[in-house]
Amino acid sequence: MSAGITPSQTVGPYLALGLPWADGPFAATPDTPGAIRISGLVLDGEGVPLPDAVVETWQADPDGRFDHPDDPRGAVQPGVAGFRGFARCLTDGAGRYEIVTLKPGSLPTPDGDTEAPHLDVSVFGRGMLNRVVTRIYFPDEEAANAADPVLRAIADPRRRATLIGEPGGDGELRFDIRLQGDAETVFFDV
Amino acid sequence: MTVSNPPVASGGLVLPRYEVAAGVHPPLDSPAYRSSALRHPKQPLVPLAQRLTEITGPLFGAERVGEPDADLTAGHPGEPIGERIIVHGRVVDSDGRPVPDALIEVWQANAAGRYHHVVDDHPAPIDPNFSGGGRCVTDSLGRYRFVTVKPGPYPWGNHYNAWRPAHIHFSLFGRAFTQRLITQMFFPGDPLFPLDPIFNSIPDERARQRLISSFDIETTVPDWAMAYRWDIVLRGRTATVFENGDGR
Repeated sequence: MSAGITPSQTVGPYLALGLPWADGPFAATPDTPGAIRISGLVLDGEGVPLPDAVVETWQADPDGRFDHPDDPRGAVQPGVAGFRGFARCLTDGAGRYEIVTLKPGSLPTPDGDTEAPHLDVSVFGRGMLNRVVTRIYFPDEEAANAADPVLRAIADPRRRATLIGEPGGDGELRFDIRLQGDAETVFFDV
Repeated sequence: MTVSNPPVASGGLVLPRYEVAAGVHPPLDSPAYRSSALRHPKQPLVPLAQRLTEITGPLFGAERVGEPDADLTAGHPGEPIGERIIVHGRVVDSDGRPVPDALIEVWQANAAGRYHHVVDDHPAPIDPNFSGGGRCVTDSLGRYRFVTVKPGPYPWGNHYNAWRPAHIHFSLFGRAFTQRLITQMFFPGDPLFPLDPIFNSIPDERARQRLISSFDIETTVPDWAMAYRWDIVLRGRTATVFENGDGR
């Protein structure tokens, strides 16, 4: 038992009263050169979209750095004005979210491995007593993905594929989040 | 999209490690809470080592909060109906460090148990002077303070004659992705506690009790507001920071 940690509870159906920000979906402003749109559906075990969920993403900047004092390489302010690494989007009535960001760089690990470019994702929703955590990887990073320690640890290629976005149009990436079912997204215990 | 740059060489990268909240949080599959049935993963969660993305996180502070945001009774033409209360406390890590300059977001029903939201069809009155959303930032000691009205209990469709105990939703970032938490604060002595499948989804009785605020006479304002105190504990750093292998 952990010392006194406050337990999680569901966001419930009324999260829109507390969580929307006008600039929530924009980890980078849409007119930033290289900006990408990542969008998708959040789906339940019967494939029904969730209209009452929120998707949050956190990631490194395009150089693989964080503006954060706990990064032992040092905090680095993003080279791109307006980039903040974090995005939040509540799902709409059709269960769809969309964020705008920049592709992150690769990251070194304490073991000397290299993590492929990725976003950490939290999903909260009505009916969910805790967040679920997943990752978005990029389809045009085949070599980096093959060397990524997190992807490598997932033996089933079908499961591993749930973590890799599908290319959309120019500068677009599709990433559906399936909470349950045949193509259930891989979720992490962090 | 372009292919990323080659990785930065990493000699001796030493990262903090956040405690795993074993046995604290409710299971995602919690049959008594019916909405969880189709919204929980059936595959086992995959262990994720805490690396750079996990031990960092967005550091939101005062720039996201406006002047009246910590007073949910303000910002409307009149005062909301209900029992005016102060809700305050400290945000700390489980290793005892305060969490300063951290964004807290709250939302709640009005005094009649009605949310200012289109989905809420509970036949209790909307209060035109209460929207129910607020924000504040912890101070240098991790302290926070809201002014609001005490929310009412309300019925919901989980089972016959189901009522939620009065609660306020709290959202916290802390300083790392690992610390992100959304939860609910309850009020002492609520008779609905034994009947609520959401509150009781937390397996450990002591952990459950940590969601209940305490009446705080010291912070009441005479002739003006009651007060409740609720401290929030986020995952702290473990004593050992040197990890190899799967430092979770």
